[in-house]
This record gives sequence, C-alpha cells and structure tokens, in this order.
Amino acid sequence: MRIERIFADKNKKRKIRVDPLNLCHPRSNHAQSKRELIMTNNNYAIEARGLNIYYDDFLAVRDVNLKIEARKITAIIGPSGCGKSTMLRAFNRMNELVPSAWAKGEVLYHGENIYAPDVDPVEVRRRIGMVFQKPNPFPKSIYENVAWGARINGYRGNMDELVEQSLRGAAIWDEVKDKLDQSGLSLSGGQQQRLCIARTIAIKPDIILMDEPASALDPIATLKIEELMHELSKEFTIIVVTHNMQQAARVSDFTAFFNLGEDRAGVLEEYDKTNKLFTNPAKQTTEDYITGRFG
Amino acid sequence: MSEFKANLDIRHRAGHIWRNIFRASTVFGILALIVLLLNIANSAFGYVAIENDINPADLAINSIPIEQLHQVDLVWILEQNVSAGLFRRLESEMPWEERAREEIYDLVVERVVNPQVVHTWPLGGSLFHRAEIQAEVAAKFPGATLEFRSWLTGDFLTTPQSPEADRAGVRTAILGSGWTIAITILFAFPLGVGAAIYLEEYASDNRLNRVIQTNINNLAGVPSIIYGMLGLAIFVRALEPFTSGAIFGAVDDTATASGRTIISAGMTLGLLILPLIIINAQEAIKAVSNSLRQASYGMGATRWQTVWHHVLPNAISGILTGTILAISRAIGETAPLVVVGASTFITFDPEGPFSKFTTLPIQIYQWTARPQAEFRNIAAAAILVLLAMLLSMNAAAVVLRNRYNRKI
Repeated sequence: MRIERIFADKNKKRKIRVDPLNLCHPRSNHAQSKRELIMTNNNYAIEARGLNIYYDDFLAVRDVNLKIEARKITAIIGPSGCGKSTMLRAFNRMNELVPSAWAKGEVLYHGENIYAPDVDPVEVRRRIGMVFQKPNPFPKSIYENVAWGARINGYRGNMDELVEQSLRGAAIWDEVKDKLDQSGLSLSGGQQQRLCIARTIAIKPDIILMDEPASALDPIATLKIEELMHELSKEFTIIVVTHNMQQAARVSDFTAFFNLGEDRAGVLEEYDKTNKLFTNPAKQTTEDYITGRFG
Repeated sequence: MSEFKANLDIRHRAGHIWRNIFRASTVFGILALIVLLLNIANSAFGYVAIENDINPADLAINSIPIEQLHQVDLVWILEQNVSAGLFRRLESEMPWEERAREEIYDLVVERVVNPQVVHTWPLGGSLFHRAEIQAEVAAKFPGATLEFRSWLTGDFLTTPQSPEADRAGVRTAILGSGWTIAITILFAFPLGVGAAIYLEEYASDNRLNRVIQTNINNLAGVPSIIYGMLGLAIFVRALEPFTSGAIFGAVDDTATASGRTIISAGMTLGLLILPLIIINAQEAIKAVSNSLRQASYGMGATRWQTVWHHVLPNAISGILTGTILAISRAIGETAPLVVVGASTFITFDPEGPFSKFTTLPIQIYQWTARPQAEFRNIAAAAILVLLAMLLSMNAAAVVLRNRYNRKI
C-alpha cells in the first residue's frame, strides 16, 4: 500500500509492523489472508463493538456499535455532554491521555482490536490522525509544523516535496508558500487550522478525526474547512464531531446521533446516511433534536 | 439613587484604603533595601588615617623623593632601615641586581615606611563631617595623614586572604565560591530537571507519588543548617574516600582536608537547592499548554518525543530562570558550609574539586567576627562583591528568559 511504500525504508522489523492490516505482532499468512478477505468484503475503515468508555467509575459512553465507512465523512452529532468527543477520541486512544479514562469493548481497525494489550497507541495515532477544536500549531515554523510529524515517524524521503504536497492538500500552500520559515502561530485562526490539517495528512494517516474543527472559526474560514473536508474524503476516512447540525448536513455522508441516556451515559441513538437521518429519522428523539426541540 | 451613591462612596473608600496599604508595604520594602545598601556602602568607603613609621619625605636623598630614586639608592635605604638579618635574608631570596625597581620600591614602602591604618571613618561621616574628622586626626594622630579610601579595589579582588585587613583580598573566596557553585549546578540541575520531568510527564497520580510530591515541597522549607548536617554525615564522613579524592589518587599533601572539600560543599548545596529546582521546573513544565502535548501525541509521537521536542523547548526558559534563582540562593548560603567544614583561613587558590575551600559568605562571616575595625570595612567590600555576583546571575536569568521567549 501507499503507506507501506513511504515508510518502507525503515528497518525491516518496522516494515512488517507498518502494514495497516497488521497492527499487532506479525501473524501467520493464513491470518493475513483472512483479514484481507474482511477488507475486500466490506468497506469499513473502523468499527466500534460493544464499546463502553469510563472516567473512573463514571460511564461516559454506553455500549456503542458503530461501523465507519471508508473514504466517507461521518459526522457525530448530539447534545452537550453526550460523549461525542469521548467517542471520537476512543478511535485513536487519545482518551488515554486523561489518566482516569478507560475503555471496555473493542475498536476494530482493519479487523484488529486497537485496545488489545499488545497494540502500541503510538502506532494507532500514526494511522488515525487528529485535528482539534482549537487550532494548535506547534510554536515552530510553518515548514517544521508539517515536517515534524513525518520526521519523528521516520520519513526519509524528500521533505520539501512532502511539505508542499501536504500544504497543497490542505489548500493553504498558496497562502504560505512565501513564508514557510515564519511561525505557525503568526497565521490567522482558519489558516492555523488548515496548517494543522496539513501536518496531519503529512504523516499519511488512514483516518482523520476532527473534533469540532470549525467551531473556533468565522463563517468564511468554516466554509474553507468544509470544502477541504470534501476534498480530503477522496483519500481519507473522516470522522467529525460537530455541534452545528447544518454543518453535519452539509459535509457528511453518514451521521451518528448520540444522546444522553437516563443515567447520564451517552448512547448511540441513531446512525444512518445523512440524507435519511435528516429527512426521515427513525426515532422521535432524533427528529426532536435535529428540529431543535432540545439540545 | 442617593442610596446607591452613598453605597458607591463607601466602596470607593474601601478601595482607596486597601490601595494605600499595598503601596505602603511596597514603599517599606524599597526603603529597607535602600537602608541595607547605604549601610554596606557606609562601611565600604570612607576616610582612613594612615600613620607611617618613617615619613617618606624624610627618606628623600638630596631632596629627590623616594618615588623617583634610583634602584641603588632604594637598596641603600633598605640597608639603613631594616635589621641586618632581614636584609641578608631578602638578598639571599633574590640578589638585588636581579630585582625590578618597582619590587624594591614596594619593599621600601612595606618594610621601612610601613603605613598603617590607625583609624577609619564611615562614608556618612566622611562626607558630612570632614572638618571634625580633620580636627580629630590633628588632635589624636598627629603624625597621620588622612585619605579617602575605597576598600573595594582591583587589588582586593585579586589578592588572597591575609591576616592584615589592609592586604587581605577575596581572590580565594571568589574562586572557592565559583568552584562550589559549578559542582552544585552539575549535581543539582540534571537531577532536578530529570525529577521534574518524571513527576510531571511520567508519574501517575497515585498515593506514593503524591507523598513524594508533598515531601519535595516540604524539603524546600527545611532549614539549611540541616542540609549541612546531612552533608557532614554523608559526603564528609561516609563518602570520605570519594570526596577527599583518595580513590582518584588526588590527595594533595598540604591538606588535612579529608572530606571537607569543594565537592562535599557543592553536593551539599546541590541537595539544598534540589527541591527548589524541582518545584520551579515542575511549574515551568505545567505551564506548557496541554493542547501542544495533545497535538504531539495525535501525530503519533511517543512520550519522549513529546517531552523532548515540545515540552522542554517551551519550558526551558522557565526552568533556567528557576534554576538560576535557586543557584543565587546557594551562593549566599553560609550555615551548611560551616557545618561541612569550610576553611576560615586559606591563602592558596583551590585547585580542583578535592581542595580545601572557603567561599565569599564564609569569608564575610569570618571578617565580621574580627575585633579590628578595618575587617568590618573589607567585610562590607566583600558583601558588595557578593551582591554584584548575585545581581549578575539574576540579570543572566532575565536575559535567558527573554531570549528563549523571543524564539518564536
């Protein structure tokens, strides 16, 4: 695969491990072909199975079963505090940075449970990149912002090329090509967010998680991000958490609606094609939410 | 409305009172500082009355003053005025022909003229009561001359300790302080920053780590003399083969230093400031925004890559500032060094970490304890040297902070 080719010049042992089908220890050829079969038979990029997420003993998200389609945009919507961000961060084990958070259940990435004890979260996050709510470029030059992630992940190709390609991919090249040595923090909010997207695609992830990527931006910058998401979905699977239902309706192919259960735990209420969910929801609560009766 | 107005007046009045209280405390602090500085300057400068055994004018030959006399004449003066034994001894140390003229002139001044400070006046009196001082000199010390002296001179910085206040300097003490602080930095900085990184970035929030954290905070408040006892027990006694340099074969024969060496002192001071460095570095690391860590982890960075590439570069100015302030404290410490066994009188330069040593605060402490008035003057001068060292370190802290803050 593409990813494998780019990182192929790392050492041999690593090369085996970067195979996206093989996040865990190398398995037998038989197991390999079985997983490839799964890949070809369905088109899911990542799948949560019976996933419960806790903060200490507080259950934040209950028993989620969710299959995310590859190279599509899936939006996660729902009222405040229903565990949307928690759910999103469960997909690349970012929750673990909060010491009290822990998860029960499975998240299958190409048929492999990323919560299995022998999976390294560092590897997971390399494959499943993340863009945050508040633009958070590194306090380094624009060039370094993009190059850093690839460099620490062992990229040894032509760095200038990769930087340009990534900045073009994030539709920000024309704005920054003459000032690559300036600080990433000198850009405007919308540009910073696109820079963050550029540095994420520079490490060639499979999936990009976006946690309300436009909520801190003005409408024009928001529009640019949304257009960019459309472009990116040709190449990447995108999961986006948003508070803005119009945005979900505009950009996403699929929508997952999370709601608060009776015990304050978030539950997946409904999951369907965006068209269907917004025009003809199966559940009354979904309709109430998308028509603005609560939340 | 009028009720609101009355109420507003009361609120404003309370504000004014508090503002004046805060201003008064600031003014008090500044006044205290000024008084301290004036007090030191008062002793470090001022008139001195100098009495000579022989008036230099009386030594003139054919009315040529001794400053302009030829080498041969100076030797003749020496021969006339010192005992024959001393003259022979000086000659046998080095023949007169081989000595420079200046050297012989200095000998004449030292051995024949022999100027002595018989009385000193503080700066305040020297400035405002000049006439009285002159009258006093004329009455009490008829042969003495009055001159204004700064006790802080270039010679004071470069000459070693001496039993005579007039000839004593702080060279040994400055070098001792420098060596000690170098050891302190080498010992405490890596340990302290390492511990801070571990506690902030790696340690989980369990009971044991909370106990450790509380104890570090408490250690920062332990009296320094207790660190001195610790240093005495561990570095001087228990680790004597190491701290005396015996296991490196570096024992100098002049020394009965045993473990009472620079390295013991440096490590004791290192222990003393270790909690300060840890706490300061922890604060600096905490101040690094969490979104930066998340961004880094989100890119597939390991913990170490995150710490090395993002946390440390953004925390380094705070870490350095905290460290320098901690070191400033170590420079001024006296009590633990007394316990560890700093020498009070030492005239040779320290040669390495296994030498006996003295430091500036010890030197000042020892001089202020002397009965002769002149020692108080040179103590004040040494305090000025110490203050200058502290201020330059603090200035370095500010420069470093600004420099790293400007970098993007």
